Amino acid sequence: MDVKDGRTVKGINFVGLKDVGDAVELGKRYAEQGADELVYLDITATAEGRSTFTKLVERISLEIDIPFTVGGGIGSLDDAARLLDAGADKISINSAAIRTPELIDTLAAKYGSQFVVVAIDARQIDARWMATTHGGRKPTDRELFEWAREAEQRGAGEILFTSMDHDGTKAGYPCDTFARLAEELSIPIIASGGAGSVEDIAEVLTTGRADAALAASIFHYGQITVSELKEQLKLKNINVRV
Amino acid sequence: MIAIIDYNTGNLRSVVNAVRRAGAEYVLTADPRIIERADRVLLPGVGEASSAMANLRATGLDEVIPRLTMPVLGICIGVQLMCAGSEEGNVRTMGIFPTEVRRFEADKQQGIKVPHMGWNRIEQLKTPLFDGVAEGSWIYYVHSFAPDLCDYTVARTTYGREFSGALARDNFFGTQFHPEKSGSVGARIIENFIKL
Repeated sequence: MDVKDGRTVKGINFVGLKDVGDAVELGKRYAEQGADELVYLDITATAEGRSTFTKLVERISLEIDIPFTVGGGIGSLDDAARLLDAGADKISINSAAIRTPELIDTLAAKYGSQFVVVAIDARQIDARWMATTHGGRKPTDRELFEWAREAEQRGAGEILFTSMDHDGTKAGYPCDTFARLAEELSIPIIASGGAGSVEDIAEVLTTGRADAALAASIFHYGQITVSELKEQLKLKNINVRV
Repeated sequence: MIAIIDYNTGNLRSVVNAVRRAGAEYVLTADPRIIERADRVLLPGVGEASSAMANLRATGLDEVIPRLTMPVLGICIGVQLMCAGSEEGNVRTMGIFPTEVRRFEADKQQGIKVPHMGWNRIEQLKTPLFDGVAEGSWIYYVHSFAPDLCDYTVARTTYGREFSGALARDNFFGTQFHPEKSGSVGARIIENFIKL
């Protein structure tokens, strides 16, 4: 869920919710449907927005009884501490980790690796997967596999990988790239960006060897509910909590 | 009144919030006099076992807790400290449950990653802590170490090996999983504990 000024943005087409913009109500609904974890990304960039987001995290922690990760705009140990103290189970860092990789070490040492998710947005440039920042707009000189290994060595507990070439296309995930990540890392990998169907998600969890899949649009737009998705994955013999 | 023991082992907010959702009154404390007078005692905790044990010793709670007579529930590091000892920091712990806490071994072929982080199932459930909780229910784990099976195991989980997902002996209970993060199943377990 992308959150701006405390409210969920992105078009949401959710029947039966009084206030679809309320991030807590929406999260509760997904939790009731059987979501295993929730991810809230703060997309406001102002100091005011960040303080609103912290209040929201406190509310989520009070009202929602499944694990949730928060991210967006975490640039320092203080930012992370503020969100963890507010009740977040994990924090996700992206651009800041590329800028200052030592932040991963600091966070892992202070809170434990299980709190630290490193998100990597990458795209293929001349047949190499390169990490990007700023929602894929800014290229970096970090190669995906090398950066993911470094993040693991520095203490990341999970890698959330989004292919910016697939994000928003609903054309499925780059499964060979996910499988190679799984080969190279020993920490869980969460697949994000590109899910258009149950088959896509099933494929990334099997041939792509991802440990979990993150999806937003297919749920927000009511294409499928979390419970329907999990029932269908179960029929494909994928071990899911239903 | 539930005494939630606050002994500087990290964030207790999730546990506090779960108790609030269950509608129970609570106090956060490390004061033995308050703990001894509570109706229920919760020993939560995240972090490293030997330093958590050192924190308990510093306040004398390692002597107080084993003598408590009201229902006591340890969660995660909390239950580990109620066992006999842990490989983590090679520490001897309170010894309420006669079993050892051992690390998981990663196994890429079997898909066993350490820490064990995520949803898993509990089987062979015993005791009123699991009233109304179905065999094979899914609960949430975040840990690298777990108590071995013993006579006081009241829930089992398999992750590479079988371990005690929960333990119970007289008035003492403990869950290696996080009921406060385990959705409606976890909420039921916390309500059961409050009603014990």
